[in-house]
Amino acid sequence: MGESILSIIYIIGAVTFIMGLKMMSNPASARRGNIVAGIGMLAAILGTIFLFRNSDGSPLKNHIWIFGGIATGTVIGVLAAKRIKMTAMPEMVSLFNGLGGASATLISVVEFTHLAELGFPPDQATPGILAILFSGVILGNITFSGSLIAWGKLSGKVKDFSFKGQHIINIILLLTSIGLSVYIGANLYSGDTMLLFYGLFFLTIVYGVFFVMPIGGADMPVVISLLNSLSGLSAACGGFLYDNKVVFTGGILVGAAGTILTVLMCKAMNRSLTNVLIGSFGGGSTAVGSKQQGSYKEITLNDSAVVMSFANKVMIVPGYGLAVAQAQHTCHELQKMLEAKGVEVKYAIHPVAGRMPGHMNVLLAEADVSYDKLIEMEQANEEFPSVDVVLILGANDVVNPAAKTDPSSPIYGMPILDVGLSKNVIVNKRSMKPGYAGIENDLFFQPKTSMLFGDAKKVLQDLISEIKNL
Amino acid sequence: MEIVLNWIHANEQMIYILVLVIFLGFVVIARVPAVLHTPLMSHANAISGVVIMGAIIVMGRAANNNYVALILGFMAVVLGTINVVGGFVVTDRMLEMFKKKK
Repeated sequence: MGESILSIIYIIGAVTFIMGLKMMSNPASARRGNIVAGIGMLAAILGTIFLFRNSDGSPLKNHIWIFGGIATGTVIGVLAAKRIKMTAMPEMVSLFNGLGGASATLISVVEFTHLAELGFPPDQATPGILAILFSGVILGNITFSGSLIAWGKLSGKVKDFSFKGQHIINIILLLTSIGLSVYIGANLYSGDTMLLFYGLFFLTIVYGVFFVMPIGGADMPVVISLLNSLSGLSAACGGFLYDNKVVFTGGILVGAAGTILTVLMCKAMNRSLTNVLIGSFGGGSTAVGSKQQGSYKEITLNDSAVVMSFANKVMIVPGYGLAVAQAQHTCHELQKMLEAKGVEVKYAIHPVAGRMPGHMNVLLAEADVSYDKLIEMEQANEEFPSVDVVLILGANDVVNPAAKTDPSSPIYGMPILDVGLSKNVIVNKRSMKPGYAGIENDLFFQPKTSMLFGDAKKVLQDLISEIKNL
Repeated sequence: MEIVLNWIHANEQMIYILVLVIFLGFVVIARVPAVLHTPLMSHANAISGVVIMGAIIVMGRAANNNYVALILGFMAVVLGTINVVGGFVVTDRMLEMFKKKK
């Protein structure tokens, strides 16, 4: 009886995951979708604790440990999720993702150790089971260490790092890990099995670090999405291991969703996944900033205020600089102020602006900017010719015309926001230094463009007071 | 070769699920607007925490004196819970902000 109820709970759980994802495709239903999946997850977890039966019919033990672990994790999870600033969201998601990967690895480690203690009985240590255990370790560890590095990079603790031939070493590391897994599986009874298993553990951790280390800049969203997909697959390994269909379904669903999202990101940059993974963005191998630049012109706050107040239509292009300066609220204030003067204000969002897919949307949503003010790239590019002033706030690569004109540029071929089609461009940056990807931007030297230097938040505040004084 | 064939036969159901869910995942995600990409990823991330059920089974099966399994299992439960709970809460926080203003 109990087990049939558990089956029903699991089926409902799997359905809530699918419905939750489905509801995430519309801003109006997204929040409910998240809650629906959360309830399904809670039911499945409680069902597992109380109704799961081992093959001999015995229930699960150690309830105190289990609830202790869940209570600890819940407190940490809720506190972390509630306290994190919206601007630091990408690193938070990355960190959570890594912990899920670690959890998947630990399951495989415990199960493998358990098999080792039993002396690898052939009916339990089948090639299929071993393959799943090794996959769990490999995928889980890459997710874990890769996500930790991504977290470090996004929060500025870890710098991009790559050396010559790193891609070759990465490929060797991965192949060695797979080869070692096969070797362990073929020589289970040789005596060194556990030692080799720890070796595999270590190798895959190192691979995860090396895998993410050289990737940076605009490619971060792609990597995070890919790691998310890997964490789903590592969870699916756990589901396969216990023949637990809700875990398997959930894991594969995330794996598939993460993959398609990764592909969408790559398409948005017009690059292949391989190119992203081994391209080492801004690694210095390409001719970066070698050609002579013209001169740029600066614009005063007062002039900017005048130009924007008397415009019919202003388009704001936000980038990572906006997130760093935490200027989203001030930005919304400027928008309201201009709207009060009869100016139409919209935001043009590049698909890879920021450090995470949709980063800018979340940030502006936090500042209460209505999401119908945010328009996507294609539509923005259609509207630019009718725009009087484009205000670029801390965005760089996504408006770099070199992506269209300079085949030697590392971002050549990436679709960009064609701000040059508008009548005036005001660029806010902290200095003339190239952006995160280390590429010079010709836009700054075009006659239509004027530079407004300073921290985004400070500049926006000053702009607001200038507009007030007009 | 025979091992592989036997394995496929023995796991027929799982392979069906695998194939169908991959298609399902592609179809469900392909239409998500860019506005929702971050919450979507965070939501998917929370779902990948389902692995916590595996961690619970590991813990629940461990003998009382098997401290390696208990400690590693405990860690797996804690980390998995952080992933699940943190993921859903963060997603909710983000989505709370997506309101249409007039």
